Amino acid sequence: MLCDCGQHEATIHEVIITSDQRKVERHLCEECARELGISLDPYVPISQLLNNANYIMGQVITDENASPDDDFFEEIDPDSPPKKTPTPTKPVAAAQSCEHCGQTFAKFKSTGVLGCQLCYEAFEDRIGPMIERAHEGGCNHVGKVPLRALSECQSTNDRSRMDSLLGDLKQREESLGELRTSLTHAVEHEDYEQAALLRDELTRLTTQSTSQGASQIEAQPAVDSDQNDSTNPSVTVKKLESDSPEHSS
Amino acid sequence: MQAADNTPPGSNSLTSGTWTNHAEWLRGHGESKDVVMSSRVRLARNIAGFPFTPQASRVDRAQVLEACKHRILNMSPACSGDDSASKTQNTPQNKTDARFIWIDLHRVGREDRSLLVERQLMSRQHAKGKYVTGQGGIDEPRSVAVLVPDERVSIMINEEDHIRLQTIRSGLALGECLEQANEIDDQIEAGLDYAYNPRFGYLTACPTNVGTGLRLSVMLHLPGLKMTGEIEKVKRAASDMGLAVRGFYGEGSEASGDFYQLSNQTTLGKSDSMLLREMELEIIPKVVGYERHARKNLLSTRKSMLDDKIYRALGTLRHARLMKVDESMELLSMIRLGIMTGILNDVTLHQVHTLLLNTQPIHLQRTLDQTLSQQQRRVARADLCRKALGQANTPPAGNA
Repeated sequence: MLCDCGQHEATIHEVIITSDQRKVERHLCEECARELGISLDPYVPISQLLNNANYIMGQVITDENASPDDDFFEEIDPDSPPKKTPTPTKPVAAAQSCEHCGQTFAKFKSTGVLGCQLCYEAFEDRIGPMIERAHEGGCNHVGKVPLRALSECQSTNDRSRMDSLLGDLKQREESLGELRTSLTHAVEHEDYEQAALLRDELTRLTTQSTSQGASQIEAQPAVDSDQNDSTNPSVTVKKLESDSPEHSS
Repeated sequence: MQAADNTPPGSNSLTSGTWTNHAEWLRGHGESKDVVMSSRVRLARNIAGFPFTPQASRVDRAQVLEACKHRILNMSPACSGDDSASKTQNTPQNKTDARFIWIDLHRVGREDRSLLVERQLMSRQHAKGKYVTGQGGIDEPRSVAVLVPDERVSIMINEEDHIRLQTIRSGLALGECLEQANEIDDQIEAGLDYAYNPRFGYLTACPTNVGTGLRLSVMLHLPGLKMTGEIEKVKRAASDMGLAVRGFYGEGSEASGDFYQLSNQTTLGKSDSMLLREMELEIIPKVVGYERHARKNLLSTRKSMLDDKIYRALGTLRHARLMKVDESMELLSMIRLGIMTGILNDVTLHQVHTLLLNTQPIHLQRTLDQTLSQQQRRVARADLCRKALGQANTPPAGNA
């Protein structure tokens, strides 16, 4: 099979699954892969991603806010030819520095560390995709929430503090949506242990955000009397979400 | 050294009496102990309202240190976790004996810091005090709290994150490690606010740790795979599975003595139960299986080669007059393999593990209560090995 450039044999085959579950395939020779900044390593550590900040989702994105002395590609392969940027697609968000601690994005790229917790908000648009790639596509936190902070919110019903811990309604629904998708995927692949963990996580998320941790629904999210199949995720999930769109598997 | 609240003024050295004979990770017990030396869980946390450590000022770091010290030394000693394993071993440890000792690394000497690294209680980076930003040095305010006497828990303060909590167990025991780590994490959080946001979870200085902040690691002994030439394949496969493969002392260290640390890279997008399940039930058992298979193959098809390697190692340890630490680790690795395959019967795992620790540079000097030059250490190390592994039923060899 020939590379997309039409000149050499394609030896690197990249398949990208987009957030809406589409598959994008690219077949590249080594030279084109290198030019596009695709790492030939199966796992890309974040230090390399930081220097390849513009390679996101198979398309090179021009960072209009990059300063002239930003060298995004230096550390990948010092001997390789300078990279071209074939198709600028969309501009990346503008944040250059964190208002709270003064850390700049350029400094983050060179050191690999952020300055303070607010840097995550300041640079969210730029580091979000990088983080996703470094964590096998994971883009939202799943799991533990600070215990004492959460129980204080629940007992005082402090909504704004609750939102700062669990996210506003939109964020929570996004997280739930992702979990539902993962749950369906796990059941389809008969990975029932994973499915059970995901179901428990869904339960936890929906009960966390209420006062005293009380469930929004009366029934336990396990087998419901109307259901025959306790592993049917779509039905179980539907019961948990009283105000979100119906899920279909 | 006593707990920080009653340390005599000016006292800043770790005495050998503080430590038990065996660090936890060398006890040689636990599930899959033939391949898995130890399991470790690390949680990375930062306190809200302070810059992350690499970017913080010295004043900020000192304040973080005081806040953490106050919280940790006031925690209930009941957070020592499940001691059922130590009870079954008939050790004198019990929950009421457990307490945290606090060690300010900017106030102790270089040797004391190295001692803690050798015992796997903290990282080399923490000993040096240098951050990736170029800031820092040995005088930077930073500490480690160690749960004594079992040394199953250590908490680094002002390493790359404000708090890095580590629990360690012998054998494959990631579940118990995680349980204890979560208990202590909850205890700390009961008195301090953590930096956390709903999308990225627990916020860390480096985005590679964000989310759960959870690093699950196991120390594996893989001499079989090394001998069958398959170790590179396993390292590549581990990398494909999203695991980091490091040496005996973790980040920045090379593998020696066929000991490899495998740990997860992903910390965001999966809960700690999911990460635990993947490591403990899927990934590590596979690697353990490969190693056992390699050993079985060697025993059935290359027994004389295996015997030769193991007995040569024993011979060198019993007779050499100079020994570098890398060499002692390689040789002790062979002895450990000999014990696990049943080839050696007159050496115990306890002897091997004790030597693995006491041949390390600072432990060697502390054992002899002397400061030694590099050449003197090589002589002393060889002496120690000869004495410890002398011929069965013969008295320990005298000094050369």
